[in-house]
Amino acid sequence: MAYTPNSQRVAEEMLHSIGLESMDELFADIPREVKLDQLLNLAPGLGEIELRQYMQTLAGRNLNVDQYPCFLGAGAYDHFVPAVVDQILQRSEFYTSYTPYQPEISQGILQAIFEYQTLICQLTGMEVSNASMYDAGTALAEACLMACEASKRKQILVPETIHPEYQKIMDTYSISGKMNCQAVPGRNGVTDVEQILALIDKETAAVVLQTPNFFGNLEEIERIEQAIHQQKGLLIMVVDPISLGILKSPGEYRADIVVGEGQALGNGLNFGGPYLGFMASSKKYMRKLPGRIVGQTLDFKGRRAFVLTLQAREQHIRREQASSNICSNQALNALAASIYLSMVGAQGLRMIAERCHQLAVYASNEFAKIGLSLQYDQPFFKEFALKVKEPGRVNRLLLDNGIIGGYELEDALLLAFTEKRSRMEIDRLVALIGGVEHE
Amino acid sequence: MNKILFEKNQPGSNGFSLPPLDFPADALSSTIPAAFLRQAELDLPELSEVEVVRHFTALSHRAYGVDDGFYPLGSCTMKYNPKINEWAARLPGLAAIHPYQAQETVQGALEILYKADKAFSEIAGMDRFTLQPAAGAHGELTGVMIIKAYHRHHGDEQRTRMLVPDSAHGTNPATANMVGYEVVEIKSNDLGLVDLDDLRSKMNRETAGLMLTNPNTLGLFEQDIQAIAEIVHEQGGLLYYDGANLNAIAGVARPGDMGFDVVHFNLHKTFSTPHGGGGPGSGPVGVKEHLSAFLPAPLVECQDGRYWLDDDRPLSIGRVKEFYGNFSVIVKAYCYLLTLGAAGLRSASEHAVLNANYLRHHLASDYQIPFNRLCKHEFVATSQNQMEAAHISTLDIAKRLMDYGYHPPTVYFPLIVKEAMMIEPTETESRERLDEFIEALRSIAREARENPEMVKNAPHNTVIVRVDEVAAARHPLVKWEAEA
Repeated sequence: MAYTPNSQRVAEEMLHSIGLESMDELFADIPREVKLDQLLNLAPGLGEIELRQYMQTLAGRNLNVDQYPCFLGAGAYDHFVPAVVDQILQRSEFYTSYTPYQPEISQGILQAIFEYQTLICQLTGMEVSNASMYDAGTALAEACLMACEASKRKQILVPETIHPEYQKIMDTYSISGKMNCQAVPGRNGVTDVEQILALIDKETAAVVLQTPNFFGNLEEIERIEQAIHQQKGLLIMVVDPISLGILKSPGEYRADIVVGEGQALGNGLNFGGPYLGFMASSKKYMRKLPGRIVGQTLDFKGRRAFVLTLQAREQHIRREQASSNICSNQALNALAASIYLSMVGAQGLRMIAERCHQLAVYASNEFAKIGLSLQYDQPFFKEFALKVKEPGRVNRLLLDNGIIGGYELEDALLLAFTEKRSRMEIDRLVALIGGVEHE
Repeated sequence: MNKILFEKNQPGSNGFSLPPLDFPADALSSTIPAAFLRQAELDLPELSEVEVVRHFTALSHRAYGVDDGFYPLGSCTMKYNPKINEWAARLPGLAAIHPYQAQETVQGALEILYKADKAFSEIAGMDRFTLQPAAGAHGELTGVMIIKAYHRHHGDEQRTRMLVPDSAHGTNPATANMVGYEVVEIKSNDLGLVDLDDLRSKMNRETAGLMLTNPNTLGLFEQDIQAIAEIVHEQGGLLYYDGANLNAIAGVARPGDMGFDVVHFNLHKTFSTPHGGGGPGSGPVGVKEHLSAFLPAPLVECQDGRYWLDDDRPLSIGRVKEFYGNFSVIVKAYCYLLTLGAAGLRSASEHAVLNANYLRHHLASDYQIPFNRLCKHEFVATSQNQMEAAHISTLDIAKRLMDYGYHPPTVYFPLIVKEAMMIEPTETESRERLDEFIEALRSIAREARENPEMVKNAPHNTVIVRVDEVAAARHPLVKWEAEA
């Protein structure tokens, strides 16, 4: 296949029109020693027919969640995505366009981002949202850097109940020397509040709290919020956007910066990406936010218009003084989130959140009936850790029976329940796990 | 007026539903303590499905993509995005898989990651790639972290500076700063290339390395690349390749052969994946053997036809992203490589460079081109002629191009050229399209002489005219508020 429209004859005419004889002359400025004298060692090009067959074969080597009910979560969730979402995403005005640098022909993209920012603010109860980050983990790392810059401090307190991959990303970003992440062990599946309170002092830039946390449990926020604010540090919260249909919003908790994994909002699992990290803050920190932000203004005929704004924060203006190097967002994933939230509305989101929780509660009750218990005795949202003897063995048995099981913890299985799961699927799950455990 | 989502709120119109509940469930308050429950009203708009669809369709009419027309945005490589790639990425076996599924249930996905790594390594002349980075800037961040980890590992903690040419993308200095380096700028010489004397005088044992784009942002190949590599390596530094401009040389020359130690690719540029209005992209990072131990973990390995994730990499910088990167973007890029093959990839670069030189040659009569010689995939023109004649700026010309149905080029970059217009046609444009574009720019040059107000007040045919950006920044209104 080739996507170059000019035939060899046309290409030759073009070469002649600029005084050249051959394609090779176009590369006369590349020293011979660094120029390839043969083709790369890649397979010959395929036509669309062969490509289809090959990709279908590869896809066929994966089990997918459309065939097998999925109880895996741990940061990526098999939530329902209305058909409208992907239909709209396939409009090529959206997916084949670039970052909206030229407002006059990019109003559609800019308005969509402005609406996304508004929806994220409504959901989180925060005042300002950016246009999105790569994912929750990188958004969190950048939120921590932002907190360090805002507070002129370096210490970040991180309970070990946050997602382990987020912790790893934060540790990687710490190579800059601009922040120190101090891990604080959890207790009974939640943050050890007393220990955090004892650690917060004038050196603390921020405390990070994820709720529901990695184990699905709800974290107590209030006392830590008071303590960190008393010391003029920041509270960074990581939240599940679906949970905000029923759970207290970060705005209500008086968080300063909020991030979260936006995948659940209309984005498929896609083997881990692309997803989007949403990021919002209070107004006070607006000019410290990384990433794109769209603002409303007027055109010179007085009509409402949208434009990339507050760009003085960004790399293409400030270069080495910019606090972040990010220059894209996950625009198409953010668009998916906006379409999703418009499709379900406030009531729909509440229904979805409630259903996830009800299914999880139902499952925990059914497990209790057969003598299986949860690892932690804590309030949870849609996910919990079930105590099992051999998580790996349980998962293999589930797979043999056409079920994608949970995330394997030490002596426990982290099980997630989305609104797509049914009572029947859960009854089977419980029976199968019960069978292994009672052998 | 064009209403926004929240102004279309119609309470009671939303028809979303879930299957009926088929088991008894208690009230929320009995399973979640009240302290955790939302008190504040959740204030999302309510629309019917058809109104949602019309709303976003209307928005799409106010956007402009590659499928709408020519998009010569320099350094962004706005080439055609093949539709078959979109199809492949949406196959349930690739789209509906969970990143934590047992590895034996995702062998096809792991195979794609493994083979993409191999193909990128071959194209770059590198030994190993990580596919985790989500964008070009993220790739830069990952690459520079690897450089830092390498120097640390060799006890070279005194290296606190990073060299960046004055023509570099803004992300280069921003990245170096984000990793904790002091940025030292290298001058360009009269030819628009790295000034070797300046480089020699600034490269020392306190310097971690040099970040370079080749061809550079003027679209010129850094012909002294071997000398540059030698100067940097002699002092123990490492050479970073910003792959934003790879579309000029893929299949023709390789960064690894030029002496680069680390590279990033932009799959959304060279490898045809769509830009999505600003993302998602993907910015894989490749390194030479001496740096591969520092790559993010995990990497995909293959043994006896079985693919697996190797997380046991003690010197790794760690993780830079959740899971394994922007997988479906990687799938699209992989499909692109499969369809082009080695010959197709080389041919794409040839046509990209031909198209750029064709435009440069035929525009030179009307526009000043400061470095008017053989370019690679892009070149920089200026509005200097029009400025002198009628105070017409590059911005004016960019805006007027929209009236002619084009997306404007990149403007006011690189910073070392006044009134810069950076034009990158890509290989997927036909001669007819290029001729039309040349004619449009010539026509604008005529207008600049004969009817300058027409250009200065452009655009005229767009849904809005120029906007008040100063007011937007001074009084930021960044979310919708109900009118009081």
